[in-house]
Amino acid sequence: MSFFAFLGMQYDFQWSVLWTGERGQWLLQGILTTLRLSLTSWVIACALGILSGALRTVPWKPLRLLAAVYVEFFRNVPLLVWLFFWYFGVPQALPRAAQDWLNHHGPEFWSAVAGLSVYHGARISEVIRAGIQSVPKTLLEASVATGLSVLQAYRLIVVPIALRLIVPPATNESLNLLKNSSLALTIGVAELTFMTRQIETYTAKAFEALTAGTLIYLVLCLGIASIMGQVERRFRIPGLIARAGRAEH
Amino acid sequence: MIQFRGVNKWFGPLHVLKDIDLRVSPGEVLVVCGPSGSGKSTLIRCINKLEPIQRGEIVVDGMPLHDSATDITKLRAEVGMVFQQFNLYPHMTVLLNITLAPMKVRKHSREEAGRIARDLLAKVGIPEKAGQYPAQLSGGQQQRVAIARALAMQPKIMLFDEPTSALDPEMINEVLDVMVNLAKEGMTMIVVTHEMGFAKKVAHRVIFMDEGRIVEEGSPGEFFANPKEERTRAFLGKILVH
Ligand SMILES: Nc1ncnc2c1ncn2[C@@H]1O[C@H](COP(=O)(O)OP(=O)(O)OP(=O)(O)O)[C@@H](O)[C@H]1O
Ligand SMILES: [Mg+2]
Repeated sequence: MSFFAFLGMQYDFQWSVLWTGERGQWLLQGILTTLRLSLTSWVIACALGILSGALRTVPWKPLRLLAAVYVEFFRNVPLLVWLFFWYFGVPQALPRAAQDWLNHHGPEFWSAVAGLSVYHGARISEVIRAGIQSVPKTLLEASVATGLSVLQAYRLIVVPIALRLIVPPATNESLNLLKNSSLALTIGVAELTFMTRQIETYTAKAFEALTAGTLIYLVLCLGIASIMGQVERRFRIPGLIARAGRAEH
Repeated sequence: MIQFRGVNKWFGPLHVLKDIDLRVSPGEVLVVCGPSGSGKSTLIRCINKLEPIQRGEIVVDGMPLHDSATDITKLRAEVGMVFQQFNLYPHMTVLLNITLAPMKVRKHSREEAGRIARDLLAKVGIPEKAGQYPAQLSGGQQQRVAIARALAMQPKIMLFDEPTSALDPEMINEVLDVMVNLAKEGMTMIVVTHEMGFAKKVAHRVIFMDEGRIVEEGSPGEFFANPKEERTRAFLGKILVH
C-alpha cells in the first residue's frame, strides 16, 4: 500500500469487498461455474476432436473430407460469433421439446458448452491429427499384418501412441478452453469473469475484483498444467518418449 | 501354399512388379535377393495385401487375394510378417506385444495367450524380457520379440523383409539362429535377405530379382556356385565381397 502511495496513487484498497456479505458467494459460484462449463465443454471437445482427428487420417476420402469440413468451418470463425450463434440462433431452430428442456436447464450455460466444445473440438482435432500422423505408418502395417482390423489397430496402437505424443499441445489447448470460457459472460453465463465484473459494479472496487479474477485464472491454469504434467509422466513410454522428451528441452 | 500368376504392380507410373510367376510349397524356405529398388519388399508385401496388385492373381493358403469375398484379416492372421525396423508397439510391454493379436483376433484368454507368449520368448532366447518395453531392448532382442509376436498367431507362413539389415553385426546371428530353427521346424518362409550364409544353410530355393522381374532362381547350391545370368553374377560379386 505504501508502494502505491509512493507512486502518488490515492486509491483506497479494500480487499475485504471480495469476501464480505454475499460477494464471497459470488466469487465461489463464479469459480464453480467456470469449472463446470470448462470441464463439460472439454469432455465433449475431446470426444469430437479425437473422432474427427482420427477420421482425418483414415484411408477413405469422404470421411477425411467430412472431418476436414468440420474442422475448417468451426475453427475459422471467432469463438464469440459462435457463442452468439448457439445462444441466439440455434435454440429457435430447435423443436419445442428441446427448447423447453433448454429453458429449464439454463440456455446460457448449454449454449456456451455447445460453442466452446465445437470450437475447441475443431482445434483439438488438429492436435490429434498431427499426433496420429507422427505415429509411423509402419506400426499400423505391423498391426494389421498380425490380423488386427484397421479399426482395432487404430484403437489399440495408433491412437494410444498419438495420445501420449500430444499431451503437451493438448494441455495448451485445454488451457485455452478454460481461458476462453470467460467469453461466456457475453451471453450471460455467471462464470468467474462475470462475477468479478459484478463485484466491481456493486462496490466500484475494480482493482481488487479484477486482481482476484486474474489470480484465480492463474491458479486454475497452473493447476491444470501440473496435473497434465503428471499425466505425461504417468503414461510416458519407458525408454522412448522419456528420451525424446529430454532431448527436446 | 502361395501362388503368383502373372502379377503386375505399379506405383503410379512406376512398374515395380512385372509378370511375376511364383509358387511356394508348404514347408519351403525361399530366399529373395536382389539390388535395392528391385521390388523385393513389394513382392512379399503383396502376399498379405499390404500392397494391392493391379494385374494377375495371388492365392495364399487357398484364399484368392484378388477376390473381394476373401476375408483379408483372416488371411493376415495366417501369415506372420517381420520387418526390417521391428515395428514393435512402443507403449506395450514385450508380453503384451506378443499376446495382443492372439487375444484380439484368436480370442485366446489372457492366461492362454500369456502362456504361448512365454514359451515363444523362451524359444527366441529372451524369457526374462517379458515385462520390459521395446525401447529398453537391444535391436537384436527387439527383432526376436517381433518374430515371437508373429509366431504367436501360429501362422502357416512367415514373411521376413530384411530382418537383420538394421542390426549391428554382433546381433545378426542371434536373429538368424532363431530363423534357422524355425526353418528346420518346417515353417513355410519367404525371406528377403542378403545373408548368404543363411540362404546356404536353410533355403530350399533362392530367387534373384532385378527391376521388378524374377531374373533367376535355383537351389542355393547351383545359384551361388554358377549363376547363369550376368546380372546375378554382378550382384553376387558385390555382396559376397562385402
Ligand atoms: N509406397 C510407394 N510409393 C511409390 N513407390 C514406391 C513405394 N514403395 C516402393 N516404391 C518403389 O518401388 C520400387 C520397389 O521398391 P521395393 O521397396 O519393393 O524395393 P526393394 O527391392 O525392397 O529395395 P530395398 O532393398 O531398398 O528394400 C522402388 O523403385 C521404390 O522406390
Ligand atoms: Mg525392401
